[in-house]
Amino acid sequence: MGEVNTKVTLCGIELDNPVIPASGTFGYGYEFAELYDINCLGTFSFKGTTKDPRFGNPTPRIAECTAGMINAVGLQNPGVDKVISEELPRLAQCFRKPVMANVSGFSVEDYAYTCERLDKEKQVGWLEVNVSCPNVHGGGMSFGTSPEAAAEVTAAVKKVTTKPVIIKLSPNVTDIVSIAKACEAAGADGISLINTMLGMRIDLRTRRPVIANTMGGFSGAAIFPVALRMVYQVARAVKIPVVGMGGVSTAEDVIEMMLAGATAVEVGAANLIDPFASQKIVTDLPAVMEKYKINSLNEIIGGVK
Amino acid sequence: MKQGVFEILSNTPLTEGVMRMELGGDTSAITAPGQFVNIKLDGLFLRRPISVCDWDAQKIVILYKVVGKGTEQMRHMKKGEKLDVLTGLGNGYDLTKAGDSPMLLGGGVGVPPLYRLAKDLLAAGKRVSVILGFNTKNEIFYEDEFRALGADVTVTTVDGSYGVKGFVTDAMAEKDYSYFYTCGPEPMLKAIYRAAKTSGQFSFEERMGCGFGACMGCSCKTVTGNKRICKEGPVLTKEDIIWEK
Repeated sequence: MGEVNTKVTLCGIELDNPVIPASGTFGYGYEFAELYDINCLGTFSFKGTTKDPRFGNPTPRIAECTAGMINAVGLQNPGVDKVISEELPRLAQCFRKPVMANVSGFSVEDYAYTCERLDKEKQVGWLEVNVSCPNVHGGGMSFGTSPEAAAEVTAAVKKVTTKPVIIKLSPNVTDIVSIAKACEAAGADGISLINTMLGMRIDLRTRRPVIANTMGGFSGAAIFPVALRMVYQVARAVKIPVVGMGGVSTAEDVIEMMLAGATAVEVGAANLIDPFASQKIVTDLPAVMEKYKINSLNEIIGGVK
Repeated sequence: MKQGVFEILSNTPLTEGVMRMELGGDTSAITAPGQFVNIKLDGLFLRRPISVCDWDAQKIVILYKVVGKGTEQMRHMKKGEKLDVLTGLGNGYDLTKAGDSPMLLGGGVGVPPLYRLAKDLLAAGKRVSVILGFNTKNEIFYEDEFRALGADVTVTTVDGSYGVKGFVTDAMAEKDYSYFYTCGPEPMLKAIYRAAKTSGQFSFEERMGCGFGACMGCSCKTVTGNKRICKEGPVLTKEDIIWEK
């Protein structure tokens, strides 16, 4: 077998490989750029950005689980003004590819405003609209739990932007397929899924929830089968590309996600345990492709029999 | 920060609940006392952040209290076993502020990072006084090690079973100092904050996701803006602290 081809095309933009560190696990890139050349990645989705600066939730925000973790960070970020004036210039110094801008909000107008601002930034390749954050009240996930609300955000963002809009969906719903279809009908260029699953832990000594916010988003290897199933369901139901994520930790997981229908794959919690996780996945991909007799990753998208 | 594989050189109890582990490997990422390492353990998802007690070119010394699954697993590990460790995490203490006669105050398992700090301050020619606070006599560790460095050591116990009866702040009130450095449980840090006659530096704990600044899991508000305990901390200056809880 000759050289394998890891290239994929996501909403019209070619990626050297489908590996994308997920929002909230990779900052604005430069912390990881101190460790390795992050240009080896397909791209990455930067820290969820909102109209105004946010501190997020009280601590503790983190809880250990079997094969996973709960976080309740609550969209801590410096706000879109500072992201544009400070974070993106720093990001540009260590990353030369189009980056995925992750956006969250507390009203339809918030989403539209922040997306419109980031859409004008040269390095932004895609807008990933997070309608699925489980850790904030009166926003985030509440837009991603009904087809109507998700469609409304999608339409509002599409109206004021020119770049591909990918809607990031929550698994904490009864029918994720209907929400994905509503986003597609409202003009979404892609769907990414899954955000974290709502979870909880209790400290036996204090009998209090470990997380100050009581509940948080469960992620990590444990959620991979659930994520894979939802990617499979959504990819079969929509014509737009799907970005799969949820518990992806290895190159094998990437291929499994792609067989289920993902065009590209995000890596989340794995980056937090092993800062080199995404780089390792990129490095491992060609050998794993050869092992499973895959010449080109493009050819296996949705290829589950 | 560096990621490396470290070999356990020794793992021995200091008290019933506190262990001393020596880890052999590349320590070049460690730059200051008060930094920490983050240890991956088989079968557990999150790494375990533990302060560095001392280090040289080939090895790290950590002292850890057995409190949960991770540290319980570590307690049973044997010489020769290997661990995946992130080193050189956090800011560490700033020694340049110490003045002539710095005071170091440690509470329980907050004592370890003060050991290397004392060593470096003494090497810089400072008169170092150390106050080590414990609940009771059989929980005391490292008193002799601090004395062997040449520090002026006072031990306090809450129940009065050894040394000065009371808290570290009771012993603090008796002494003069040019500056202070501390690490320990938050109620102790607060008491020191209120009692201190000078400026100083506090090392904080928080539940962490990554330990290297990526997840924003351990953020806190300070006078100079939001900080991550794992990255811009764990050491904060007295002037920078906002008590929230």
